[in-house]
Amino acid sequence: MSTVKTVNTASTYTLRAKHRRSTLRTLAFLSPWLIGFSVFFAYPLISTVYFSFMHYDGFKPPVWSGTKNWTYVFEHYPFFWPALRNTLWLVLVMVTLRVAFGLGVGLLITKIKTGTGVFRTFFYLPYLAPPVAATMAFAFLLNPGTGPVNSILEKTGLPAPGWFNDPAWSKPALTLLALWGIGDLMVIFMAALLDVPKEQYEAAELDGATPWQRFRYVTLPNISPIVMFAVVTGVIQTMQYYTQPLIAGKVASGVIQGAGTQFEPGYPDKSTLTLPQLVYNLGFQRFDYGSACVVALVLFALSMAFTALLMRRKGGLIQAGER
Amino acid sequence: MTQLLDKPLESKAPPSPAERTAHRRAFLEWIAIHSMGVAAALFFTLPFLFVFLTSLMSDSQALSRDLIPHTWEWDNYRRVFDTPGFLTWWRNTLFYAVLGTALTVISSIPVAYALAKFRFRGRSLALMLVISMMMLPPQVIIIPMYLFWAKQLDLSGTLWPLIIPMAFGDAFSIFLLRQFLTTIPDEYLDAAKVDGCGDLRTLLKVVLPMAKPGIAAVALFQFFYAWNDYFGPQIYASENPGAWTLSYGLESFKGAHHTDWNLTMAATVLVMAPVILVFFFAQKAFVEGVTLTGVKG
Repeated sequence: MSTVKTVNTASTYTLRAKHRRSTLRTLAFLSPWLIGFSVFFAYPLISTVYFSFMHYDGFKPPVWSGTKNWTYVFEHYPFFWPALRNTLWLVLVMVTLRVAFGLGVGLLITKIKTGTGVFRTFFYLPYLAPPVAATMAFAFLLNPGTGPVNSILEKTGLPAPGWFNDPAWSKPALTLLALWGIGDLMVIFMAALLDVPKEQYEAAELDGATPWQRFRYVTLPNISPIVMFAVVTGVIQTMQYYTQPLIAGKVASGVIQGAGTQFEPGYPDKSTLTLPQLVYNLGFQRFDYGSACVVALVLFALSMAFTALLMRRKGGLIQAGER
Repeated sequence: MTQLLDKPLESKAPPSPAERTAHRRAFLEWIAIHSMGVAAALFFTLPFLFVFLTSLMSDSQALSRDLIPHTWEWDNYRRVFDTPGFLTWWRNTLFYAVLGTALTVISSIPVAYALAKFRFRGRSLALMLVISMMMLPPQVIIIPMYLFWAKQLDLSGTLWPLIIPMAFGDAFSIFLLRQFLTTIPDEYLDAAKVDGCGDLRTLLKVVLPMAKPGIAAVALFQFFYAWNDYFGPQIYASENPGAWTLSYGLESFKGAHHTDWNLTMAATVLVMAPVILVFFFAQKAFVEGVTLTGVKG
């Protein structure tokens, strides 16, 4: 009887020790990220909330200011609503066109039978162009005075818009730049399209389906999770849209960084403002850290709402990745 | 093209009229698809070509609307390299990209391995947090981060505030690697355990060799991220031109050579070229990585 008991305690003891060891092992492996998470995510996030209620210019110590920063941003800061409107425009137009064009190019590349590798490389390359360099290139190509695009348009008798210099055309110009760098979506759609079971196409063909019907009733249902994935990640990327609109505005306006120059973002006429640019403008140009944190929190709420959408959906991010 | 045309001719029996229309339709479809392909290829490649051609124009011609250079001024590239700072930007960018990539890979592997293969409470929560970090715009936390690096550690004017965090795991790299590691069957790990390997030995000797494609993809993405990063250097390095990177310096280059589009385009080519070269050498790993998650961009 007593021996059984000892054996029993011994085994629970080893079990517990084993459990503790495995917990320690897990913590050890996770340790880089645990530090990174606390120092570079949790702490600054809490701190951002704290500063959003403070008046702080970086020199004098922060002073409690209640909801003053919040009312300033929402009611008086002239850039906030234009930036939000631009973001909505970009979500509706740029994201939609990018997904449609990405799917189109993905379809095209699966149909191309001769020189597929060369075509694929050509289609993919612009995605790799560093954003600053690509934007600079497009600012040159679309330059109303000396750019090749307008000189070709004029030669063919087509209207030649002001692109990055015209508030009505700056976002379409940015959309063109975004469509140029479609390589990531093309690859994702290509993989998804090649995964559609061949039998379903054969069955549809036997039933006399037209190419459009085949696309509508076979292709689209099969790839719809990937389309959703592309839309939601596209929206999240739009929330982060920073370098391209900023550089486009700077180059087109002719105001470039340098001693004493301050570039008010959004050229022309606030048409290229996006939320991340406001954080920079408020924090690092106006030294109003409190209000910058308010915009940062709006940005955070929007990004996390769409990230939640991505994770909640059946077949969300993780599944799309594991396909 | 010839292949496709030959195929119908190979059949021995004379083709029936129905077969002939089918062949003709296939041929017309081939023409339609490939013309669309060529049109798309022009859209994707002409910007590169125009930029390259302009980079070789003379100063005066660059101001004109010409598309093709009258004289080929290869000297423009030397003039770009002679610009004060340009070589420093190159060095800084390489330093940031190489060191940052190495640190990211080393620190992200164990985390990704634990998330992929260990069973522990809070694992799905940890994964959710990783994804949230990955989706977080860097501007959200920039104010406290800047105050932390600049006011507390006095590191503004350097690239260290961008490099040091990479030693503590990068969310995107962790996620991508985790996706890759979950595809490795558990039997390999069990076999290693039976052979008396500890967790670390299993990771180093069994898992890492199998995870090479995933690691290559992560390294490439991180290298490109650092190479392309504009916001980070703008925040931390702007006050000190000695710490600028190419992506950041390129813009000031445009400012200094206001109307010299030829020089600006030559500099643009020099910023694009390394990325494209790296891509040609590592195309497979890269495309695999994009299909694995397709998130960063």
